[in-house]
Amino acid sequence: MSTTVVNAETETKTWDGGNQPLQASYGKMMMWFFIVSDALTFSGFLAAYGFSRFKFIDAWPIADEVFTHFPFLHGVDAPMYYVAFMTFVLIMSSVTMVLAVDAGHHLNKSKVTIYMFLTILGGLIFVGSQAWEWNTFIKGDYGAVQTKGGNILQFVDTDGHRVALKDFVTSDDHAARAQHEDKNGLWFVSEGTLPTYSVDEVLHGLEAHENILVRTQTLTENGEKTVLSRAESLEQIKNNGKLVVEGANLHVNEYGSPLFADFFFFITGFHGFHVFSGVVINIIIFFNVILGTYERRGSYEMVEKVGLYWHFVDLVWVFVFTFFYLV
Amino acid sequence: MAHEHKLEIFRGLLKFKSNTQKIWGVLIFLTIVTVIEVVLGIIKPESLMVKVLGMKALNWIFIILTIVKAYYITWDFMHMRDETKGLRRMVVWTGIFLILYLIFILLQEGGYVFRVYDEGYIKRDF
Repeated sequence: MSTTVVNAETETKTWDGGNQPLQASYGKMMMWFFIVSDALTFSGFLAAYGFSRFKFIDAWPIADEVFTHFPFLHGVDAPMYYVAFMTFVLIMSSVTMVLAVDAGHHLNKSKVTIYMFLTILGGLIFVGSQAWEWNTFIKGDYGAVQTKGGNILQFVDTDGHRVALKDFVTSDDHAARAQHEDKNGLWFVSEGTLPTYSVDEVLHGLEAHENILVRTQTLTENGEKTVLSRAESLEQIKNNGKLVVEGANLHVNEYGSPLFADFFFFITGFHGFHVFSGVVINIIIFFNVILGTYERRGSYEMVEKVGLYWHFVDLVWVFVFTFFYLV
Repeated sequence: MAHEHKLEIFRGLLKFKSNTQKIWGVLIFLTIVTVIEVVLGIIKPESLMVKVLGMKALNWIFIILTIVKAYYITWDFMHMRDETKGLRRMVVWTGIFLILYLIFILLQEGGYVFRVYDEGYIKRDF
């Protein structure tokens, strides 16, 4: 009897809490498991992007031609530089975060405060950059024509440089249809902004400019977009042109397949939301640090836990960067 | 609890004196990798356009470099290097197994749908 009691007592010591078989506290371990599940969510999105891309592997937009802008440099072709900058900002804020964690281990309150502040700053710069990136993407710059089959036709000059619709199409004011508004039409029907030009106007513009050709989405052997001959170009616009597209939204996308825009909005949006919530959590922890909550507690483990989350956000961005902008 | 960090990276090739120093070292390494990626992405050297195992060599390089970056972020910034083997395996292998499985299935299926379009069962070019 007494032996069983002794056994039961040692059992109790193992199972009544406080035991850490993985040498990690409950909170930290659960943060790791949350990260695993969140990583699976993100890889679900990225794999779905891969699915759609493989489905249209011969006509997918080329990222270098889509993301070519840099703030304050108008008309300069700068593919990827801005995303590279964003990546660097996020990695940098990851570094300040890990420095804050390290300062926390040494119970150095002032250093933790400074590094947490820098981390929040980096996060805000990143979210702001992403907003700018979305804005340029939504506005678009060249415009295109969508066909009946949903394919995108873009315009190039004989040297292969992209040509914007406004450079060769003139709008005929008399032909333009007024935008439907629910206040003077059917109140339960709404309509988005109408395109600046109609397909007919684009066709006239194309007929008037001998040097402009149509470029389809189909990729050639060398991984470039196919440019049609002059006759084929006119033929395509005349027979198949259905809608003028400027910029991108969830329905249409002047850069190519609408799926590209959908995934861009969804994946970078979901990631941006993670960065945003990370910034909010960091701010809460930042104030706790200032108020001395963790100093009184004698442990800065909370900083370590949000640090894990913050690094995870950086980790995801590394993959988004590769699969959206590089590959 | 003592906060001991393993201060070696590259399998002991590089050993840092303090954790802070290691963080800066890893930052430099990650920056170099990112710069290589961006430079390759802008130049796109012709020699790397050959197909290796069904994908361009350049894309393989990008993916491998990404995994290298992910490794150092997880191991040194998230301190996975200092966790126990048990926790490390639970987190890493679960993720890797499920993600590889998912990628295989979806890409296989995407390729199949492409062939259906490509061989003209469904017309898409109009």
